Amino acid sequence: MTDAAVYIGHEKPSQLLGGRPHEGPASKRIVTGYGFWIFLLSDIVMFSCFFAAHAVLINQTAGGPRGSELFDLRSVAAETAFLLLSSFTCGLAMIAADVRSAKWYQIGMAVTCLLGLGFLALEFREFADLVGRGAGPTRSAFLSSFFTLVGCHGAHVTAGILWLLTMMAQVFAKGFRADIMRRLLCFALFWHALDIIWVAIFSVVYLLGSAA
Amino acid sequence: MSDQHLHHPADLAPGDEEEVRVGPRLLGYCIGFGLAIILTATSFFIAGTDLVWQPSIPVALVVLAIAQMGVHLVFFIHITTDPDNTNNILALAFGLLIVFLVVGGSLWIMDNLNQNMPPMDQIMQMQR
Amino acid sequence: MLGKLTWAAIPFDQPIPLITGAAVLVIVLAVIAWVVIAGHLPYLWREWITSVDHKRIGVMYTLLALVMLLRGGSDAIMMRAQQAIAYNSQGYLPPEHYNQIFSAHGTIMIFFVGMPLVIGLMNFVVPLQLGVRDVAFPTLNSVGFWLTATGALLVNVSLVVGEFARTGWLPYPPLSEMTYSPGVGVDYYLWSLTISGVGTLVAGINLVTTVLKLRTKGMNYLRMPIFCWTTLASNFLIIAAFPILTATLAMLILDRYLGFHFFTNEGGGNVMMFMNLIWAWGHPEVYILVLPAFGIFSEVVPTFSGKPLFGYRSMVMATMAICIISFCVWLHHFFTMGAGPNVNAIFGIASMIIAVPTGVKIYNWLFTMYGGRIRFATPMMWSLGFMVTFIIGGLTGVLVAVPPADFLLHNSMFLIAHFHNVIIGGVLFGAFAGYTYWFPKAFGFRLHEGWGKAGFWFSLTGFYVTFIPLYAAGFLGMTRRMQHYDVAEWRPWMIVAAIGMVLLSIGVICQVIQLVVSIRDRESLRDVTGDPWDGRSLEWATASPPPAFNFAVMPDVEGEDAYWAIKSRAREQGLSRAPDYRDIEMPRNSPTGFVCAFFATIMGFALIWHIWWMVILGGIGAFATFVVFAWRDHDEYVIPAAEVARIDGLNRESRRAALALAGRAS
Repeated sequence: MTDAAVYIGHEKPSQLLGGRPHEGPASKRIVTGYGFWIFLLSDIVMFSCFFAAHAVLINQTAGGPRGSELFDLRSVAAETAFLLLSSFTCGLAMIAADVRSAKWYQIGMAVTCLLGLGFLALEFREFADLVGRGAGPTRSAFLSSFFTLVGCHGAHVTAGILWLLTMMAQVFAKGFRADIMRRLLCFALFWHALDIIWVAIFSVVYLLGSAA
Repeated sequence: MSDQHLHHPADLAPGDEEEVRVGPRLLGYCIGFGLAIILTATSFFIAGTDLVWQPSIPVALVVLAIAQMGVHLVFFIHITTDPDNTNNILALAFGLLIVFLVVGGSLWIMDNLNQNMPPMDQIMQMQR
Repeated sequence: MLGKLTWAAIPFDQPIPLITGAAVLVIVLAVIAWVVIAGHLPYLWREWITSVDHKRIGVMYTLLALVMLLRGGSDAIMMRAQQAIAYNSQGYLPPEHYNQIFSAHGTIMIFFVGMPLVIGLMNFVVPLQLGVRDVAFPTLNSVGFWLTATGALLVNVSLVVGEFARTGWLPYPPLSEMTYSPGVGVDYYLWSLTISGVGTLVAGINLVTTVLKLRTKGMNYLRMPIFCWTTLASNFLIIAAFPILTATLAMLILDRYLGFHFFTNEGGGNVMMFMNLIWAWGHPEVYILVLPAFGIFSEVVPTFSGKPLFGYRSMVMATMAICIISFCVWLHHFFTMGAGPNVNAIFGIASMIIAVPTGVKIYNWLFTMYGGRIRFATPMMWSLGFMVTFIIGGLTGVLVAVPPADFLLHNSMFLIAHFHNVIIGGVLFGAFAGYTYWFPKAFGFRLHEGWGKAGFWFSLTGFYVTFIPLYAAGFLGMTRRMQHYDVAEWRPWMIVAAIGMVLLSIGVICQVIQLVVSIRDRESLRDVTGDPWDGRSLEWATASPPPAFNFAVMPDVEGEDAYWAIKSRAREQGLSRAPDYRDIEMPRNSPTGFVCAFFATIMGFALIWHIWWMVILGGIGAFATFVVFAWRDHDEYVIPAAEVARIDGLNRESRRAALALAGRAS
């Protein structure tokens, strides 16, 4: 395809930046997916700011409790298991969508939803428990940054679940239309990205934070 | 500009994979899931155990975390080194660069600032 | 019921905001009344408010920016007047008022003048230059614009309902914390920028995806106009930097609203962390503003020199180098705040290095002009003015990049002069060059040259007369943001600066007159062919204004300066055969953007005044908007081939006539 004979112009396309002669605008699926991918990267930059703040403030407990005194690692392990499994079932739901199996799609999404809700329930219980023990976000800078970082992730999971329910409803109402498939692609990327961020959270905030 | 007609050999949407058969795709997800479980369990184990040289724990946790992220990217988000995926990887690389600059830069700067210009309540404590 | 909102929020006891607010309210109501009564509302709703066309949205962004320029400029006039008067006196503005004015001035100029100007121009021009029909996400584009408008609206509402922040345009804690700013001023700032920040991020995603994934056939990366490269770099920076702003403002919001301790003095908060994070956004922000301006000059200079741009590849590399390095210099905004010599040295060196790719660009523009036949039309005048002015500003920047020098000059009037030098000389002059250059493309008639040149000369001289004295005052030790002072040496400079402000204002007035006169005389200024400047890139291949679909058939590009090749061939061989016209699918208009912004305004206002039930209602409304939008079945409409042929035929006819007039084959 980079044959000079095919090329009317004077220049061969640069090998450095893609190589192939440019064939025109990309398909809608690629455009949508790429745009959402970029959005995810911007979201990851935002999370990295909360991570940075947490790292800076990790020792600012204002005389209050430290991470090692507060974190219940069994609960964290359960949350991790729920979210990881939900990523897996989300992937299964996407395969089902690609083969146009409405039944397996809805089952996959429903299980993902339940696992996500389970994650949120555990996290909510953890937060309520901390606040009840006087270790709420207003206690110290360390706790402010903890609640913000983990809470921001939880807020994203909540938004994801609202989106998930909307996607279940859309497929139910309109089937596997092209634009709905594009949104599913974006949803899957979002859900997997949330699990990636959770990996960073449980490793750095909970595990490292407990060891300190 | 509808999807159905354009079939470029170039570029894959992020999240899409070349493979269309169900069997290998399912297998991919199962392998990814399995690897992730192993890595996660290892992380939790290492954090709590006395069997490992203690100072190595933070490094081990970070390495395991990066490995888990890699598993997610490869098996769930289907990032590959295929030329069709180049744009997606470049974007990811740019994002990661920014994350390292912001987090790394902030940690370095704040560490220096905290030494020369400590926050107010640390100054108060020093004065007691 | 209404949270903190009471009648006391309206400044009945402060004549200036009261009278201004009343006047603005009367004007706005009068305009709305005229629009409705004269029957223009359906047209406005259909063609502009719900439009997802990048051309319309680009025009609206630019219009928003120009209106806000008048507001921000008024703040500046008040500040210069105050500082000219307030030697050994309190002037006419009490401190609590003056502090709001300089805070509003900076906030408005950066977020609601600079950003919308560059985003508007990029929005309008880039799809045309890439040879495509619209940006990647047209409806999202509309959402982004209207959210930006929401932010602007909230800042202006603060003038008459409540107060604005008194912290400067970046709300440093602990001053911006609840303890020291208990009023609603900082909250207005925070919510206005959070909302418009979402709009900006959305524009960033849109433009990056457009440039990377939506180019016409044959347009490889190295055949794009440089304006598209700078668009790419600037929007990469938006995507990378604006999340930092969102996160940092969110932390301050949490401190203020929920008693968190990110930046408080007690509880372990770290005030310096705010500085660090906000400038990690703030420095890339100024490059977000200036890179598109550089791109505009890379379009204007070759066109008006009659030569292709010199050093295309080095321009691309310089652009991407600036993009990356701009993320490595942010500490230079707080050299004096205690990071120590090692950190200061690294960031100081990086700040000096970033001047190098900029220098490469300047040399490339100079070499483009060398040997060309230069036409001194208004856009070119702005470009030349930029070159001289920006070099001076850049040099003073390299001066303050040296940490020991910065220890003396930080937050002095020297710094004020420096950044106004580069922002006005770079961003504003670039925006005016672009505005004048692409105005005929957008509206079908040129702007009046005489008034344009008058506006340029008054602005240029006005700039120098206003800001060079500020350099002097800075060297003499004057700090920024002073409501009054008692050092006699500074006073003459303040007076000269105030005179300069008068000249600048005349420049702005000339430009307003230019617009009015051009509309009045539009028939004589008509652009019939779509190519009034003998341009080189693809936007000049379309009619002025372009049809909704931009190009009847998307062009097949063969080299740089895509349109120039097409034109040269047409001049020699006559116009090519009419192409095979096909049906064209275009995205349908949508009220999503406007409705979403409506709910965002309600939520923002309610959050500021602590009216919690209104926040919830607004949130539900915003979510409902998304669901309704997602439920659409018909998101495109078809323009039949016959209609495309008819519209394109008109353009081809006028170009054929122009060719015939020029005495070539037709």
